[in-house]
Amino acid sequence: MLASKVWESGALLDFLKTPIQSLQDFVILGGRTFANLFRRPHYADDIAIQMDIIGVGSLPIVLLTGFFSGAVMGLQMSRALSTYGATGQVGNIVSITLVRELGPVLTALLVAGRNASGMASELGSMKVTEQIDAMRALGTDPVQKLVKPRLIATCFVLPLLTIIADFVGMFGGWVIAATILQLASTQYWSSAWRALSYSDIAQGLLKPFAFAIIISLVGCFYGMRTTGGTQGVGRSTTQAVVVASVWIFVTTFFITRIFVSI
Amino acid sequence: MPDQPIVQFDNVSVQFDSLVALRDCSFTMRAGETRVILGAAGAGKTVLLKTTLGLYRPSAGRLLVFGEDVTRLPEKEWYDIRSKMGVLFQEGGLFDSLTIEENVSYPLINQRVARLDPHRDAAVIEERVRESLRFVELEHTLGKFPSELSGGMRRRVGIARAVVTSPPLELYDSPTAGLDPITANNIVSLIVKERDSRNTATMMVTHRYQDGQLMANFRYNPGKGRLEKASENGSGAPPIRTVFMVLNDGRVVFEGSQAELESSQDSYLKKFVRQE
Repeated sequence: MLASKVWESGALLDFLKTPIQSLQDFVILGGRTFANLFRRPHYADDIAIQMDIIGVGSLPIVLLTGFFSGAVMGLQMSRALSTYGATGQVGNIVSITLVRELGPVLTALLVAGRNASGMASELGSMKVTEQIDAMRALGTDPVQKLVKPRLIATCFVLPLLTIIADFVGMFGGWVIAATILQLASTQYWSSAWRALSYSDIAQGLLKPFAFAIIISLVGCFYGMRTTGGTQGVGRSTTQAVVVASVWIFVTTFFITRIFVSI
Repeated sequence: MPDQPIVQFDNVSVQFDSLVALRDCSFTMRAGETRVILGAAGAGKTVLLKTTLGLYRPSAGRLLVFGEDVTRLPEKEWYDIRSKMGVLFQEGGLFDSLTIEENVSYPLINQRVARLDPHRDAAVIEERVRESLRFVELEHTLGKFPSELSGGMRRRVGIARAVVTSPPLELYDSPTAGLDPITANNIVSLIVKERDSRNTATMMVTHRYQDGQLMANFRYNPGKGRLEKASENGSGAPPIRTVFMVLNDGRVVFEGSQAELESSQDSYLKKFVRQE
């Protein structure tokens, strides 16, 4: 009885329709952005500004997080490995964990928190103050001018940030290995280096590239569909961070699954 | 060419999901005409204006702008049509990361009709930006950012940006909303000045009947540099063709002259008419 009333009112249909419609809009935005990638104008200035905001702006936090995650990994692993008398393998485990998973995911989560939110709030504010309408009215495609530079900048900068985070993380692990575990530096670094295969490096670089697409498109998508004034901007910002973070975890699972089965 | 239709709505409806914002709207706006659009909040005034500008698509009916059927026109092709229109948005729509100079020069650099090169044509751009800002008496704000200006000044910059390419059609969305009466009158005076200086067609959405009255009854006298009552204006200029249009719940419920609007006994229309 209640179920039929809910069905008749259309509330259930709307409930089911909304996420599908959002996904469709997201795919359309992504499609338009990729279709515009090689079309002029390219707005090189905007790309450079975004690279500075995302890359240079995120560097301190990526350095700090990378260092301490490597150090913590070194500490935790030393405890576990000492049970088997294999503390010499710390470098091995730290480098594999960082390059394959922790480096890309942690860096992406930090950039999502910092920049997906930034993109959503900036574009959201532009939307509610009719700046995006003005842009269209004055002869500019907002996807070309706003979304494309952010996508290109994030795709370029996130893999670089990840490489830096990986290296700084290994350095953090080395500090622990050298000071607390009293391991020789050459032992640490050679085991860390030998542990890595080409497949590890490939997935360590493919992941940030995929995460960059997610972060930039999700941030811009929620920004450009903002409604409801300043409250709407806040809502879009939160949604962008939550959705980007969840998709980072989902994507890393599938990419890892592919590499595990190779 | 006078009397040529430049905007034509044929039973146009605009729908967002389940919300119908415009219902079967039909009207024809001609070159040189002033059209004042009144209506309660949520009546569909802004949607009508943005549909004219191609920012919203009709879900039914036919829309012609400058004689071209634009009902199903792809976004890329709209840019050419839009470059013949100047627009002042309700929220101003100024880019807050750009200076006033960059804001006003934006259409000159980006619109296809003008498309001046910012490096090669820098002198031409600067001259036209200065001229446009001089028109709204804000030449001294060139290097400032929109956040450094008052609400009324931002609207005036918006007008400068709308007129910088000298388009044949100007669209104003609630240009006096949220302004004090003196500033509001100054803004409408600038709109009248722009209309009469270049004989542009003007579509103005407003909730203030006084704005419509000013548009309908005053002319800009370039000799004296101020507005005069149209009846006192001895310049021999043709009479102002002002059409009042009232929207209610997405429908056009009135279209006619000021006298017809003022003589209407309809209770909804009477709400918008203030006899002085």
